[in-house]
Parts: sequence; C-alpha cells; structure tokens
Amino acid sequence: MLNLVANNSTVTEHEAVPDRITSGPRGAKPRRTLSRRNIVVYGTLIVVALYYLLPLYVMIMTSLKGMPEIRVGNIFAPPVEITFEPWVKAWAQACTGLNCDGLSRGFWNSVRITVPSTIISIAVASINGYALANWRFKGADLFFTILIVGAFIPYQVMIYPIVIVLREMGVYGTLTGLIIVHTIFGMPILTLLFRNYFAGLPEELFKAARVDGAGFWTIYFKIMLPMSLPIFVVAMILQVTGIWNDFLFGVVFTRPEYYPMTVQLNNIVNSVQGVKEYNVNMAATLLTGLVPLTIYFISGRLFVRGIAAGAVKG
Amino acid sequence: MTSVSVRDLSLNFGAITVLDRLNLDINHGEFLVLLGSSGCGKSTLLNCIAGLLDVSEGQIFIKDRNVTWEEPKDRGIGMVFQSYALYPQMSVEKNLSFGLRVAKVPQAEIDKRVARAAEILQIQPLLKRKPAELSGGQRQRVAIGRALVRDVDVFLFDEPLSNLDAKLRSELRVEIKRLHQSLKNTMIYVTHDQIEALTLADRIAVMKSGVIQQLADPMTIYNAPENLFVAGFIGSPSMNFFRGEVAAKDGRSVVQVDGVAFDVTAYPARAKLQPGQKVVLGFRPEHVKVDETGAGDAAHQAVVDIEEPMGADNLLWLTFAGQSMSVRIAGQRRYKPGSAVRLSFDMGVASIFDAASENRL
Ligand SMILES: Nc1ncnc2c1ncn2[C@@H]1O[C@H](COP(=O)(O)OP(=O)(O)OP(=O)(O)O)[C@@H](O)[C@H]1O
Ligand SMILES: [Mg+2]
Repeated sequence: MLNLVANNSTVTEHEAVPDRITSGPRGAKPRRTLSRRNIVVYGTLIVVALYYLLPLYVMIMTSLKGMPEIRVGNIFAPPVEITFEPWVKAWAQACTGLNCDGLSRGFWNSVRITVPSTIISIAVASINGYALANWRFKGADLFFTILIVGAFIPYQVMIYPIVIVLREMGVYGTLTGLIIVHTIFGMPILTLLFRNYFAGLPEELFKAARVDGAGFWTIYFKIMLPMSLPIFVVAMILQVTGIWNDFLFGVVFTRPEYYPMTVQLNNIVNSVQGVKEYNVNMAATLLTGLVPLTIYFISGRLFVRGIAAGAVKG
Repeated sequence: MTSVSVRDLSLNFGAITVLDRLNLDINHGEFLVLLGSSGCGKSTLLNCIAGLLDVSEGQIFIKDRNVTWEEPKDRGIGMVFQSYALYPQMSVEKNLSFGLRVAKVPQAEIDKRVARAAEILQIQPLLKRKPAELSGGQRQRVAIGRALVRDVDVFLFDEPLSNLDAKLRSELRVEIKRLHQSLKNTMIYVTHDQIEALTLADRIAVMKSGVIQQLADPMTIYNAPENLFVAGFIGSPSMNFFRGEVAAKDGRSVVQVDGVAFDVTAYPARAKLQPGQKVVLGFRPEHVKVDETGAGDAAHQAVVDIEEPMGADNLLWLTFAGQSMSVRIAGQRRYKPGSAVRLSFDMGVASIFDAASENRL
C-alpha cells in the first residue's frame, strides 16, 4: 500500500518537471584544482618541504665541490666541476682524533653495534610483549609498571651507575657493553609497542591455538609472528635509526677504537687542526645519515601501516 | 555416565564474582544450550570447562576424569568461537591440521582426518584457500572442522552463529543439529538466541548473573518456566504478566487483577494458592484466545491497539485490565485498531508465580 503511494508521487513529479533527470547535476561533483583551500594546503606543504630539503640540497652541492670553489662561490650554486674527492676522503682518509682512516672504521663499528642491538632488543621485547599481552603471568602488572616507569627516567641519571655495572661485568669499553646498554634502553618502549599490538590481536585466536594444543613458543612462532610483520618493521626502524644516531652512549661506553660513526663524524667536523674542509664535512655527514635514510625509503610504507594498525587496535 | 560435570564452580575476576558455586551435569551425547542475557557468564563458564580460565574454586570432570588443573589440549574438548578465530596466515587445510601437527600425529593420519572433516562439512573445494577468501558461513564451517579433526568427546560452541546473517544462521543451525545426530558427541552451546536454544537443545540451562535459573528440556522451559526471569526471558514476544491477588469468589478460587477475576480452578497446581497471596499470572500470547462469538467471560473485554501481521500468524496488541498485552492468532484473522474483543484464557497452560519469591507455584 505504502509502496503504491510512493510510486504515484514520483510519476506525477516526473511529468511536471520532464527533464529533471537529464538536465540536473549528474555523476561525480567537479572539483576546481586551484581552489583557495588547495592553494593554502599545497602552499604550506611546499614551504615546509623546502624548509627541510634546502639544507640537504646545500650539503649535497657543497660535498661535490672542491675547496677553491667553496671559498669563492655562494652556497646555493651547483658545482661547476663535480668532484667525488671529498666523499672518498671522508670515507677513507679524514682524521678522527688519533688515526686518519676516515669514517670507514666508524661505519663498521656502527654496523657491529646496531645489528646485534636491534635484533636482540626486538627479540626480547616482542617476547616480553607477547607474554604480557597473552599469558598474564603472576606479577605481570608489576613488571609492566616497572617497564613504563623505566621509560620515563632520563638516560643521564643512569649513565654513571651503568658504567660501574659494566665495569664490574668486565665489558666496559667494549662493543658488547654498548650492545647491552642499547638493548636495555630500548626495552620499555619496544615492549610497550609489542604488548599493545599483541593485545589488539583477537584474543579468541590465542584461545583457539591453546585448545589446539600449542604452547608458549608454538603460539609465538606459528601464530603471533606471522601476523605481526608491520609491528616488527616499526620496531626495526625505531631501533636502527635510534641506535645508529646515538652519540651519548657511544662516547660514554666505548673506547676510541670502537667509536660509532656519529662520534667519529663529530671528531671530523669539530677537529681544530688545519683548515675547515667544508666539503669533506658535508660528505661525512651525508655518509653518516645514509643508513637511516635508506631504511626510511625502503620501509616507509610498512612503517606507516604498522603505526596505523597499532593506533587502531592498541 | 556423565560426560561433563561441573561441581561447585566459582570464578572471580579480582573482586567481581562471575560464577558462584555453579553445578551442572551433562550426559554423554547430550546437546546442552547455555542461554542467558549478555554478561551473565556463559562464555566464562565455557572457558572454564575448556581450561582457558583458571577456576577460583570447585572442580570440573570430563568423562569422569578430574580435569580441573589440566591444559585445554588434554581435556578432550574442541571449541568453536563466535569470531571464527581462524589462523589468518594458514590455508584452510593448515588451519584444520594445526592441532594435529602440534600433537605430532603422523602425516597419513592427518590427511585422513582432514579429508573426513572436509567431507562432513562440505568444504573440500576450499582447502587451499586462506580464511580471508572465505565467506562467513564457510569460515564457521572451517572452525567447526578444526574441532572435528581432533576427534574430541566434547564440543564447545561460543555463539558460533551470531556473526552470520539470518538465513545462513538457520542453515548452519540445521547443519549443527545434523552433525550432532551423526557424531553423537556431547555439545555445549552458548547462545542468546532463544530460537537456536529451543531448536537445538536436548536441555537448556537458562542463566542469570552466573546462576542457573532452570535446567530442563526446551518444552518444559517454554511451558513451565521455573521463575519469573525464565518466563520473561524465553518467548518472543514475551509472556503476558498480570499482578493480582488470590481470592475466593462464589466458592471458586480466583485471582483478582485490577478488578478482573481469573478463574484458576483449572490451574494444575491450584492447591498451592493461598487466599490473600500476591501472585503474578503469566500467559503466553498463543495461550489466549480471541472470541468472536461472544462466548468466554464477559468480563474479559479488551480493545485492539495494533496488529502485527506476520504471515503465518497475526500478533494483536491489546489493552486489557489496564495494561498492554499481546495475543497470537491465526494469520487470516484480522482486526481493526479500536475494535473490542473478548478474551478467553487457557488456565491449563498458564503459569502462576509467587509475587514475592518470583518462583512458580
Ligand atoms: N577478563 C575479565 N576481567 C574482568 N571481568 C570480566 C572478564 N571477562 C569477563 N568479565 C565479566 O564477567 C561477566 C561475564 O562475562 P561473559 O563473557 O562470561 O558473559 P557472556 O554471558 O558470555 O556474555 P555475552 O553474551 O555478551 O558474550 C561480565 O560481567 C564481564 O564483565
Ligand atoms: Mg560471551
């Protein structure tokens, strides 16, 4: 009954305005590309992008110039004569304090620090997070609280006690010592990250696996790990960039022959003897930044996805 | 021989007591439905039986073996969850065989059992697919299959159909019933859909805040509810209740409700009614007749407010004795709103509850 009435009314309206359907707006609403909103949005984005890209541009350009050209030219001008000499020098010959074999030593030190620290901290933190989220063992809440509190204690406060502890353990000044320190300091934030991610996964999945007879490790490796690639990528990016960029721990906890790249970079750039070789400094800086930069480029999309997944589910 | 036996089971989450000294015995091969409103502790009870929650107090026996402290896998149970809980990165086949692979069952045996489960549930064409590539109904079938391959004695279902649409739900309901008839396993099935409960169950346990209100076969639950809660919870639309007082009139026992007298001489348990006692009278919508002839009690006059034709039958909402009530009549009998009708009540199938204790008399 109701239906009939509705039909009738459409028919009459249709007759009164015969071409209503053909003449009116139809399909997607057209958008002007040069609307005021777009100008503001894109204008802001361009300004911000320039603000960040300009220093990078200056650095790349300067690193490709010879010293004479730097002295005469303005810093924004592209190099007249491109030379890779500064890059080679920064990598292999620049003097970092005592020895003059460039950044290469620091690079390998940093690799030897970053790779194990990242792997160990992520492995331990993901298991911690998994245990906290799914197994709710006795004292889990206390453990978690301690971790969170740990995340808020300023590093500086703990440096001296850690020096003593490392010395007692006999690893002060070695790479092992530094790796331990990085692993410990990465623990609170990483555990929190993993705990929230695992807590966001459906609990029934975990229960189903337990009914299926899977234990702690089987569930972790067979069920949880395969579902958690994004969060592992996030953790990896956080750790690699964080540890690679670290300066303070590198200076405090190692001896000069184990200095990471950042410390060596500082030594090159701040060396007081001789003329300031701006091109070598720029090349050295770029070399040092290359690793985090590459990581971002490769895994940027996964990073965003992982963060988003964490945000939605956490 | 009981298949599952729950004795004095209590469970607290911190200060909250969810289950309080609950007792339940389930026979071998029985289909038991746990029915109750949201948050009454159905899932909690099921998780305790499965071993996924540590009980605070009491014991659980499965096949006469005390499993209170045993791991879920050692209890001989399979569980099906509302959200399917399929392992997303594994194919259907791997999902089905996961438990067997964990238990290190020989490959030949795994293949045999997976093939059998797939055949029973008609999911052979789906074996190579990932869960994301399945429809809701297919996913739930796989989830049932996962319990099936493990050859368990007891199946636990936690609202397995409530994520499905109405049509699929009724289809799978029939399939589960068929499965139960062919397997003859014990099944414990949680739902808050009373149609599912009434159609599937051998016995229904109606729960309210962690306490079983009534445990009986569906017909008893429907026709002779033990208390007001069960009476109101089961049936849609729910039972019509009238508060009144027992009195004697012309030598017969009656219940006086707002000036209207109900003759209760036909009530089976009338001997329990004491004059002056405050009671609640309950009639299911289909146990009230609308008389056209003018027979019936002249005092039972009602006015039609709304009618809801449902095809097979017609639901009338009436005003009677100063309150609203519903009556179910045959689909072809129609009444205009505002028309006056006469009602007759079938006292033989009515329920009378004590107003104070809310228990059936
Ligand atoms: N982990 C927990 N911690 C504290 N309280 C909980 C926890 N799990 C459940 N509860 C409480 O226990 C009670 C029973 O929960 P349960 O999940 O068994 O309800 P349910 O009957 O299955 O409900 P539904 O029909 O909504 O699934 C609820 O009041 C709930 O708030
Ligand atoms: Mg539930």
